[in-house]
Amino acid sequence: MKIHEYQAKQLFSRYGVPIPKGYPVTTAEEAEAAAQRLIDETQIPVVVVKAQIHAGGRGKGGGVKLAKNGPGEARELSQKMLGMQLVTHQTGPEGQTVRQLYIEQGLDIARELYLALVVDRDARRIAVMASTEGGMDIEEVAAKTPEKIHKVHVDPVVGLAAYQARALGFELGLTKDQVGKFVRLLTNLYKLFVEQDCSLCEINPLIVTKGGDIVALDAKINFDDNAEIRHREWAELRDVHEEDPVELEAKASGLSYVSLDGDIGCLVNGAGLAMSTMDIIQFYGGKPANFLDVGGGANQEQVKKAFSMILSSPKVKGIFVNIFGGIMKCDVIAAGIIAATKELGLKVPLVVRLEGTNVELGRKLLAESGLQIQPAVGMADGAQKIVAAVSGKGA
Amino acid sequence: MAILVGKETRVLVQGITGDAGSFHARQCIEYGTQVVAGVTPGRGGETFDGKVPVFNTVAQAVRETGADTSLIFVPPVGAADAILEAADAGCQLVVCITEGIPVMDMIKVRKWLEGRSTKLIGPNCPGIITPGACKIGIMPGHIHKPGNIGVVSKSGTLTYEAVGQLTALGIGQSTCVGIGGDPVAGLDFIDVLELFNADPDTHGVILIGEIGGQAEERAAEWIAANMKKPVAAFIAGTTAPPGKRMGHAGAIISGGQGTAKEKIAALEKAGVKVAKTPADMGTTLASLLK
Repeated sequence: MKIHEYQAKQLFSRYGVPIPKGYPVTTAEEAEAAAQRLIDETQIPVVVVKAQIHAGGRGKGGGVKLAKNGPGEARELSQKMLGMQLVTHQTGPEGQTVRQLYIEQGLDIARELYLALVVDRDARRIAVMASTEGGMDIEEVAAKTPEKIHKVHVDPVVGLAAYQARALGFELGLTKDQVGKFVRLLTNLYKLFVEQDCSLCEINPLIVTKGGDIVALDAKINFDDNAEIRHREWAELRDVHEEDPVELEAKASGLSYVSLDGDIGCLVNGAGLAMSTMDIIQFYGGKPANFLDVGGGANQEQVKKAFSMILSSPKVKGIFVNIFGGIMKCDVIAAGIIAATKELGLKVPLVVRLEGTNVELGRKLLAESGLQIQPAVGMADGAQKIVAAVSGKGA
Repeated sequence: MAILVGKETRVLVQGITGDAGSFHARQCIEYGTQVVAGVTPGRGGETFDGKVPVFNTVAQAVRETGADTSLIFVPPVGAADAILEAADAGCQLVVCITEGIPVMDMIKVRKWLEGRSTKLIGPNCPGIITPGACKIGIMPGHIHKPGNIGVVSKSGTLTYEAVGQLTALGIGQSTCVGIGGDPVAGLDFIDVLELFNADPDTHGVILIGEIGGQAEERAAEWIAANMKKPVAAFIAGTTAPPGKRMGHAGAIISGGQGTAKEKIAALEKAGVKVAKTPADMGTTLASLLK
């Protein structure tokens, strides 16, 4: 789960990770008032207007602007930014609507660094990464100059050791005084990472001010979705506008759904099989409209919900159901499909491949339903049939 | 003799009185697995289905019944603790089916298991089966056939797909191990490949991977250097959109992108035959046996 920069910074502040002063706003009037307040409080005449969306690369897309001429300019910039479709390399071509802004004090930047904590699945540890190349696209730094990214792995029992934090501080070329500040910051950030069950904490850039302070100018936090069970407070941090409404609807029903660009709707059990169903559709020249995993133990109601979601998508020109029942029983799948089509009708070709537990019963239910179904023997047969059906219709 | 589990394996089920635990414990017993004990704290002294004694702690269950392997169906909040309890009680193999364990918990579990002899399979996996002898997990038993092909996989249903294809071709399996696809888990590809390599009853292996991490790439290196038996593979997620699943910094730390393309290239370089589509896993393996 992702949260906004301003929310991440509120967490930083709570854990003693230094941040600039700032206020979240939703209107241009509030932005002007926030700018005035910041200028009064900090005696710095510059403020920054930052669009709050769940995607990186905001600066290049026009989502971060300096207001050097007082609160009036902050207001004007905010007016333009609110409601705009902000397009970055992480949003996709349609962009993301800007609904909230963060108004922040301007700072005199001496150096821009990079700092991130992440779960390193191969080392089975939390890894800390630091680089002198802050403010840049870090993936590019990793590809071109990997030696400029410094890494340490943290023992989960001992926690981040001071010497590890110090070593990173010196690698970053910080002065003795600054290293002390950096060690405090990183120790606090590590504590936050563990206690808040993060999967990623990224500060890009982490700045050294001309006054020698170290401050998180940006903040990105992703939470480990599995840990939601022990973080009820996350419900309040969730911004539903930033998430695909269909994916959210699916999640509420215990389904895993990802929208894609194609026109073949897929209903599959299990993530690996669902992913490879997308692969085989593309192998035969089709394009999947979605990834949909109904999971191992879905009931008829969940299957009905899943199939209804596919049926009601306007872009779907054909549907491929690919089930290898283990725990999942084929008759439950069949009953769910039939129930959904009774309500919504079936106007597109449907190819069904059923295998595994209770397969005979499932096939019988479908045969007796009177639905127009093309049965398939195996994944390849099913994929070829649905691709043919969809392309035939389009021609 | 297959690997890790067989007719002699004595299994206890943690969470045997829950919905999933009781359903699958029954399925395992029906398959012929020796389920000798159940553990549900507070339910000690009861009997499951009139024949399996239930204990309050794993230590008690091990002491009383000689169980050596644990199968875990405990909900995500308590699952990491259940793994620790099983290992501490001396279980040599722990199979954790539970899906949704927080990664921070698994990092601690992995650290804790270092230097101990206990092997962990999973979490978030279908389990392990030696066809015709012992099923410890949630896979449908009837699709399997005893034989000489080892299967190791990150994905549940895709394993069934592979096994189904093998069985349809008349090719049986020595042992099938679902290692799960969670970021931090127990046995990895290499651990299982080592066991298959040493097992005289395993004549070839199917490896099923998916996008993310570097486990497939490392397995490829290991295969190139050590594997004496033919290996076929499939990698799921060739067409998965980037960024949807993988975090930003996560891709960097592994030194690559963890894409299907990179994994397939690494495996092919190691002499592994990679199936073009998931429908070809069985035939790809069969082509190596000639």
